[in-house]
Amino acid sequence: MSNRPFAITLKPGTSLSNLTGTWRNERPVYVDRLPPCNNACPAGENIQGWLFHAESGDYQQAWRVLVENNPLPAVMGRVCYHPCETACNRGLLDESVGINSVERFLGDEAIKRGWKFDRPALVSGKRVLVVGAGPSGLSAAYHLARMGHQVEIQEAGPFAGGMMRFGIPKYRLPREVLDAEVQRILDMGVVLKLNTKVENIEQSMQGFDAAFLAVGAHIAKRAYIPAGDAAHIVDAVSVLRSMEGEDKPMLGRRVVVYGGGNTAIDVARTAKRLGAQEAIIVYRRSREKMPAHDFEVEEALQEGVLIKWLSTIKHADEGSLTVEKMLLDEKGVPQATGEFETMEADSLVLALGQDVDLSLLNGVSGLEIKDGTVQVAVNMMTGHAGIFAGGDMVPSERTVTVAVGHGKKAARHIDAWLKGTAHQPEAKHEIASFDKLNPWYYSDADKTVRPMLDTIRRQTTFDEVQGGLDENTALFEARRCLSCGNCFECDNCYGVCPDNAVIKLGPGKGFEFNYDYCKGCGICMTECPCGAIKMVPEET
Amino acid sequence: MGFQPVKFYQTGTFTVGNRLLTPDERSLQSDKGRSNSINSGHRACQGCGEALGARYAIDAAVAGSHGQLIAANATGCLEVFSTPYPESSWQLPWIHSLFGNAAAVATGIAAAMKVKGKTSVRVVAQGGDGGTTDIGFGCLSGMFERNDDVLYICYDNQGYMNTGVQRSSATPPAARTATTMTVGKEPGNVFGQGKNVPEIAMAHGIPYVATATVADLRDLEYKVRKAMTVHGARYIHIFVPCPLGWGTASNDTIRMARLAKESGTFPVFEAEYGEVTGVLKIRHQIPVEDYLRPQKRFAHLFGEHPHPETIARLQLLADRNIRKYGLLNGHAAAADEANEHLRELRISEGGN
Amino acid sequence: MLKQIEGSKAVAEAIGLCRPEVICAYPISPQTHIVEALGEMVKSGELTPCEFINVESEFAAMSVAIGASAAGARAYTATASQGLLFMAEAVYNASGLGLPIVMTVANRAIGAPINIWNDHSDSLSQRDSGWMQLFAETNQEAVDLHIQAFRLAEELSMPIMVCMDGFILTHAFERVDIPSQQQVDAYLPPFEPRQVLDPAEPVSIGAMVGPEAFMEVRYLAHAKQMQALELIPQLAAEFKERFNRDSGGLVRTYCIEDAETVIIAMGSVLGTIKDTVDEMRAEGHKIGVLGIISYRPFPLEQVRRALLSCRRFLVLEKSLAVGMGGIVATDVRMAVTGAGLKGYTAIAGLGGRPILKSSLHALFRRAQAEALPPVTFLDLDWDVVNKQLARERTTRRSGPVAENILYDKGIVSAKFG
Repeated sequence: MSNRPFAITLKPGTSLSNLTGTWRNERPVYVDRLPPCNNACPAGENIQGWLFHAESGDYQQAWRVLVENNPLPAVMGRVCYHPCETACNRGLLDESVGINSVERFLGDEAIKRGWKFDRPALVSGKRVLVVGAGPSGLSAAYHLARMGHQVEIQEAGPFAGGMMRFGIPKYRLPREVLDAEVQRILDMGVVLKLNTKVENIEQSMQGFDAAFLAVGAHIAKRAYIPAGDAAHIVDAVSVLRSMEGEDKPMLGRRVVVYGGGNTAIDVARTAKRLGAQEAIIVYRRSREKMPAHDFEVEEALQEGVLIKWLSTIKHADEGSLTVEKMLLDEKGVPQATGEFETMEADSLVLALGQDVDLSLLNGVSGLEIKDGTVQVAVNMMTGHAGIFAGGDMVPSERTVTVAVGHGKKAARHIDAWLKGTAHQPEAKHEIASFDKLNPWYYSDADKTVRPMLDTIRRQTTFDEVQGGLDENTALFEARRCLSCGNCFECDNCYGVCPDNAVIKLGPGKGFEFNYDYCKGCGICMTECPCGAIKMVPEET
Repeated sequence: MGFQPVKFYQTGTFTVGNRLLTPDERSLQSDKGRSNSINSGHRACQGCGEALGARYAIDAAVAGSHGQLIAANATGCLEVFSTPYPESSWQLPWIHSLFGNAAAVATGIAAAMKVKGKTSVRVVAQGGDGGTTDIGFGCLSGMFERNDDVLYICYDNQGYMNTGVQRSSATPPAARTATTMTVGKEPGNVFGQGKNVPEIAMAHGIPYVATATVADLRDLEYKVRKAMTVHGARYIHIFVPCPLGWGTASNDTIRMARLAKESGTFPVFEAEYGEVTGVLKIRHQIPVEDYLRPQKRFAHLFGEHPHPETIARLQLLADRNIRKYGLLNGHAAAADEANEHLRELRISEGGN
Repeated sequence: MLKQIEGSKAVAEAIGLCRPEVICAYPISPQTHIVEALGEMVKSGELTPCEFINVESEFAAMSVAIGASAAGARAYTATASQGLLFMAEAVYNASGLGLPIVMTVANRAIGAPINIWNDHSDSLSQRDSGWMQLFAETNQEAVDLHIQAFRLAEELSMPIMVCMDGFILTHAFERVDIPSQQQVDAYLPPFEPRQVLDPAEPVSIGAMVGPEAFMEVRYLAHAKQMQALELIPQLAAEFKERFNRDSGGLVRTYCIEDAETVIIAMGSVLGTIKDTVDEMRAEGHKIGVLGIISYRPFPLEQVRRALLSCRRFLVLEKSLAVGMGGIVATDVRMAVTGAGLKGYTAIAGLGGRPILKSSLHALFRRAQAEALPPVTFLDLDWDVVNKQLARERTTRRSGPVAENILYDKGIVSAKFG
């Protein structure tokens, strides 16, 4: 329009020639921050990463991202104490995302659909011996196999699974689930030798380039309790182990369990299911001090398990126990009161913790043993070159998840060690803490409650107590994820920029800033729901 | 409200878009091909709420008119920052005439379109609060009364920002401006009776009146789109925070709008033919103080010599909005009941 | 077609023939009859397609016209006096934006004191608004000027006021030749805007222009009016061809070939002046008349040429630049700069004060005798003025001037004040 009146009439959209980016003092940049769930996961799962795929209903992809770090999602989705959920930012909003339940859904879905692990692309020619087919050993075997190493697991027991089988009751972890996930690892070409107890590691290691020890802690700790000859005293580990065999343990009508950990709870609930009219836990401190997880205590109480707080067992006789009442002092330490009472008990089960059988290490040079565990370096290697260890036999929290994490970590270091290098973990990103988020944008959505088996059946059968999510509820739960610290393409930055200075690249490609026009106001940063934008000063 | 919140999604209805939603469930602003009615390179301040609100609204109006839209603009920030010779940011036919006549100019355009039989071309007029509630008020009321086929959009940043932050009839009580200084017994703007232009618009009985904020994009777009489906005079009053005039951080523009709405200070509602038909409920109620505190224009209420009684008065105003419009969920039923009662009243009056 | 018709009605019919598309109406005397008549034409369907909009103020009237014109519609409105002042901001804006709006100004005095009667204060107050101003001498000319005005405005894309004396013309019943639709259509093509608000080809109209280009924009407006100086006579000539009537043009002379004294004026008073001149000519006075039709643009060249052969001139104007004197006179003096002519100004007829032939006879004779002061206030009641001035000199709180004068003049109602 050359006929436009001069100056007062303008061509449309011509302000593009005015590059307002020069006004900027700070520039926004897209960042990936570390979601607190990922940070808290002992197995090092990329939780936000797999939830991302679950959110769009691509469960197989979600599962594949999940198993990059953990080969046992169906197990973990049942037995993990999910520190991820404790760390979850959504907990500060309404309730944490049910990460564990979605993990279980994915694990179950994989079993149902028969998803398999990919076989390794290349073969290293190295052989690694894994001792123990518990969570740590299986995890290490899986990761080593993925890296192309030939792995053989030697397991002392008759089944794979370790404490997952001999420590966790069926009603929490059905055995077919465990078997399926173990089998999937073996399908990768991992060799499993059962009933093969390694007596001497140096001998057994011959023909292998490295070994990973993960024998677990299977020896029950004993406490000295004066007892009459006829007193029936057993330990929790053997009770739970015998549940896997033909002969179920005989505990009687009134069973007293001594201890305050999760194993004490497991035994009491098992006793209930075996027909005990009363299963009573005796614990020397209060509920607040109890190491067992609160939800397990709650479930036990629902099933009729009784707990006698602030009590120690002083004497055991046939059919009865003498118990002393305790009082917590100012520091929370129980102190004897001198008040005694007698309670009926057909049997007393001691659940006072477990020790590691370290006999296979006899004579191995360079090892350091401390407090009944093997000391390892940051690379999980013992003092003896080529021998790595993890799980319950090294100093750490004794959970399946920690064990799985050890297996992965050890595998990476073993792989590097075999190549004559050192594995350097990537530097952690800044944590996407709650203050980095703009929670306004998340709809109110309460956590999905997992179905629970009714109490009568819980008291009489070993059916799984906690149900799984169906697809709808799993999808819903996945979508409760705030995607902390990682862009999930909500288009907010693109929408809220007053200067149209955000370029939308399209699905899966994210966004770019157009610094020609970005004035650096920072609205995109403030309105980013998940804290994936950061303002950085312009260099002058 | 008329739009359907998308349930069960990570970010529900509140984000601009979401990869999990089908494109037609996303906001217009999430569209790669949105019209960007105001192009980059405009000279609005960093974090300008009006620039944002105008793009939100006009993009929606352009979509609602299938690209057949003409805009008339009052003098003010929006005009000055978008069309300084030799560059224009506007991508649609646009005219600026004067400060006080945008509504009338739009009437003229609408008349021209009607007389020429260009019935598909729609007309929008826009101005700031000064150009709307003060100097342009006469023309606005005339346009309403004649029910001219114009959508008038007021971008309310509560003062004359373009001229250096002076008071307008939309400036809230107690606020500091260049003409309501923070000196004397009652520092800041007076507690007047207020000038509620959305309600005045409703009193004209025009087909559609709505308020909106830049913090609720989907609601804003829904209202503009809805307005574009209606013929006759329509009015949308959009709350657009001004970092410069309010003394807020440039990144807090949307947040301030959200706080205004969530505190009840700025009620978000819509009305048809003079009757309120919907309100955007407060999601997480906050005290007015939380809204006031980040703003330097209210700093004198907090400093060394605080004025808790003034804050309390401002809270009362918000409480009144909450009651009157039923902004809390608990109030919804009461408000509906009141409306129902009114409606019945009108029907019975009509029957006489 | 010849009709005995009220001026306003005649103008309304002429406007109707020009096929306006948007008409904005706001009542103010003495223009109301024009828009009333147009409103009836639109409502009855006689004038179609046309939008007749009852606006809420003159400011809105001009603003609606601005919008309509910018959107490509032929826009018209009419006003007077206070109304013109009330729309003043928009008046300047319309010309600044180059919108070819045609507006009738039924000339009327400006208050206070409020006064509904005729003088030229209103449109002359908008002298520098950028609008062209054409003054009609008769209702026939008012009709013809409106037809020419649309053509002129649209060719230049600049607005025009057609000024006609309030009441004297607007309310006078005279014989007027109303042209046919075919004639007008042949003369006035459909409006083809220079710029238009169109979604198919968007533009941004009304930019903020700073020091770097503002003067050029202003100069271009000036240049447009300079072009009008050429276009106006052409359009008048073409009009004459089609309508067989001399109407319009820049200036009109009467008996000036041998005139030693030329009386200069605008509007309907030219009729009274010509009658007076006729009588004086009969008595042998060498006196002539120069009527200015185009006040803006001001035809400096044509005025100069018309006056060069005379010895003296008297500008009789219905307007007063308070603190200075004549308004039209200033422009006339500018036109004859250096010509060595004697020039006089007479301020007459303010607020509807009748301009009597007897007064003109006396005035013109004194002009011929070069016995006039530079500025004369025709038929001013010096007695009243002097009394008030004396009162003000002695009493600080001397009361409202208008009421005092009414009292002095013995107007009954004021005595109860």
